Amino acid sequence: MVDLVWFQLLSAALFAIGIYGVMARRSAVLIVMSIELMLNAVNINLIAAASHMEGIGSFANFDGQLIAIFIITVAAAEVGLALAIILRMFRNKSTVNVDEIDLMKW
Amino acid sequence: MAWFVFILLAVLTIGGGLGVVATRNVVHAALSLLVSLVAVAGIYLVLFAEFLALVQVLIYGGAIIIVLLFAIMMTRNDEYPRITDNKQWPLAAIAALALMGILVPAFAINSVEGTHSQSASLTGIGEALFTTWAVPFEIASLVLLVALIGAIIIARSDDGARSDDAASPDDGDN
Repeated sequence: MVDLVWFQLLSAALFAIGIYGVMARRSAVLIVMSIELMLNAVNINLIAAASHMEGIGSFANFDGQLIAIFIITVAAAEVGLALAIILRMFRNKSTVNVDEIDLMKW
Repeated sequence: MAWFVFILLAVLTIGGGLGVVATRNVVHAALSLLVSLVAVAGIYLVLFAEFLALVQVLIYGGAIIIVLLFAIMMTRNDEYPRITDNKQWPLAAIAALALMGILVPAFAINSVEGTHSQSASLTGIGEALFTTWAVPFEIASLVLLVALIGAIIIARSDDGARSDDAASPDDGDN
């Protein structure tokens, strides 16, 4: 069987990749994709803990899987809203690069 | 066997993630994200979380990738499909590596003694969702409703927005 720590290491690597993507990319669509990577890293961590720690201490009823369901829900809402904002941004400024959207910068 | 499947899926996940942050073509980035997300669904199967794997494929592999591809299509301009990075990308790489440098020893040194993976019953998940987690469930449905209405209002065009309000019955059918 695969131990819990390997899932945690995979999750850490995926989260670091997401961090890099959020900070390094210019296009807002790519930043949303990187945020999805980070949310998936968190989900891997939660579900691995739920599967491996069931019945130990106060872990019960696979609560991690339920929290992961809520994270997926929030991720879906976030993507819909973010892409609506990106479309509006593109219509107003003709670009989706976040460093060119500087209306509130002085 | 579980090890072989896990390593294969982990390579696919990390490779897809690197594809998202490294490729120059925005459509290739979306397809790399699809590879990564479907591999994560496989990871859930290794963890015996069948329901979550199903949800992952349906919502991420189906809905979110399609919405992202639509956004790429509708925000197309001259510099697409070429994409560029910020000037601060070395700083981003340092931040990501520093995060790895903290998380990997934290997980490896202080590793938790867990049991073997266990399978959650679908009945148990459903019961917990509608009893223990009933209030968060209702809040999540409200969040989805508000996000959908907000997305429609933000994304629709300004011209004719006033007259559309009362006149056209097909306004809110998505």
